[in-house]
Amino acid sequence: MNELLDDFLIRATLAGIAVAFAAAPLGCFVVWRRMAYFGDATAHAAILGVALALAFNISVFLGVLTVSILVATLVAQLSGRGFAMDTLLGVMAHASLAIGLVAVSFLSGVRVDLMAFLFGDILAVSSADLAVIWSGALAVLVLLIWRWDALLTATMSPELARAGGLDPDREQLVLSIILAIVVAVALKVVGVILITAMLIIPAAAARPLARTPETMAILAALIAVLSAVGGLQMSLLADTPAGPSIVTIAFCLFILSLIAGNLYRTRS
Amino acid sequence: MSPLFQAKGMSVRLDGQVVLASVNLSVSPGEIVTIVGPNGSGKSTLLRAIIGAIQPDSGSLDLRPGLRIGYVPQKLHIDPTLPVTVIRFLSLPKAASRSEALRVLGLTGAQSVAARQLSELSGGQLQRVLLARALLAEPELLILDEATQGLDQPGSASFYQLISDIRDDIGCGILMVSHELHVVMASSDRVICLNGHICCEGHPAHVASAPEYRALFGTGTGGALALYRHEHDHNHDHHHEIAE
Repeated sequence: MNELLDDFLIRATLAGIAVAFAAAPLGCFVVWRRMAYFGDATAHAAILGVALALAFNISVFLGVLTVSILVATLVAQLSGRGFAMDTLLGVMAHASLAIGLVAVSFLSGVRVDLMAFLFGDILAVSSADLAVIWSGALAVLVLLIWRWDALLTATMSPELARAGGLDPDREQLVLSIILAIVVAVALKVVGVILITAMLIIPAAAARPLARTPETMAILAALIAVLSAVGGLQMSLLADTPAGPSIVTIAFCLFILSLIAGNLYRTRS
Repeated sequence: MSPLFQAKGMSVRLDGQVVLASVNLSVSPGEIVTIVGPNGSGKSTLLRAIIGAIQPDSGSLDLRPGLRIGYVPQKLHIDPTLPVTVIRFLSLPKAASRSEALRVLGLTGAQSVAARQLSELSGGQLQRVLLARALLAEPELLILDEATQGLDQPGSASFYQLISDIRDDIGCGILMVSHELHVVMASSDRVICLNGHICCEGHPAHVASAPEYRALFGTGTGGALALYRHEHDHNHDHHHEIAE
């Protein structure tokens, strides 16, 4: 097994699969709740997390996780206080990215490969990274499965959730925390800029093929895995950057699914 | 029979504003109580207090221990990006068996849409599905929040008939909030006119002629707001088929 993990391509593939499993089912909620910008804001905040982690010499994963959770809860707190949600998220997404980039420039003596954080560096995933990525992905899946019915009810109708004894605000917080974990997990694999793509594109591609929320989540995960594996192969064969290749394959699958969905509908 | 719940001098503040002031209200088993009031009169707040989503600031609100409440929300907007069949929806957040789900859909005349996507249903079909969902809890108290919003008048009338039939079938108490006075009042045992506090209450005919009610809703609509009365001198055939 250890020898197997010596191969960088195997490590990259395993990392890609983990991110696919974590991001795609969560991405369904991002699509259902129209939270795409929320994903952006949390993802962009990751750069600030990287800068702080390097400055205080803690693990990048922990730094990103902390800052992402902070930004996600801050946005949730500020919403409904005089600004439209998309304005607020636009402010937070770009401000946290800008502040993060400024903070990185203050780090003297540390060479930071910004490109790796912005666009991911999946081919440089180490065995230790892999352990962190898989732990994070499993935590996301456990949380999602545990809270599934509650999250789904709160997504459909906060009123129905309240009547059923659930607290929609708490479910929103659970989603924010899951999102922060996904961002921290996906940072090394696809980078800050493309994390939202891994959330939304597989979910959108699964939509025309699904009739229940569960099938949509499972299909999204499969589409994301296919994108990760396919994108890495494409990167290897055509010498293209890995993260963007994964997203490109996901987009192709999205188009195929749209066509398949239309064909199915016209026939039935 | 003892009431299902009883509010005594209940007041609720939201963000420092008094939304409800010293409300006395109770609903008994088998009783249909309708709350009418203009927008912002605290109708939804009252319902939310009863389902336990908010706490009263003063006074008391006592529910019968273990009271089973069925709740039909004001409206349900299902994003078209969320695929969900009617039967799956009935299992949220508590799992319901297929036979149980089909039984309650049968009670509201919505069995034929069991396999359909929620986002494809008409307004009337969706209301019947939401009502079926509330019946899953085998409620002793059924709460409906503006349940006929978006239905046309015949649609509302048949929906209210359905609710009154369900009351007869399972003997639950019913508390509903409405702005549609002319249809609601006929099937109600008691009407409560709310505007931050209870302005007046009583039998539908009494409330409609009360000066407090006239002050709130006016008489300007003349004949259009005349009471709709049931004619009980003939028999209806109550088939709850959904009109497509």
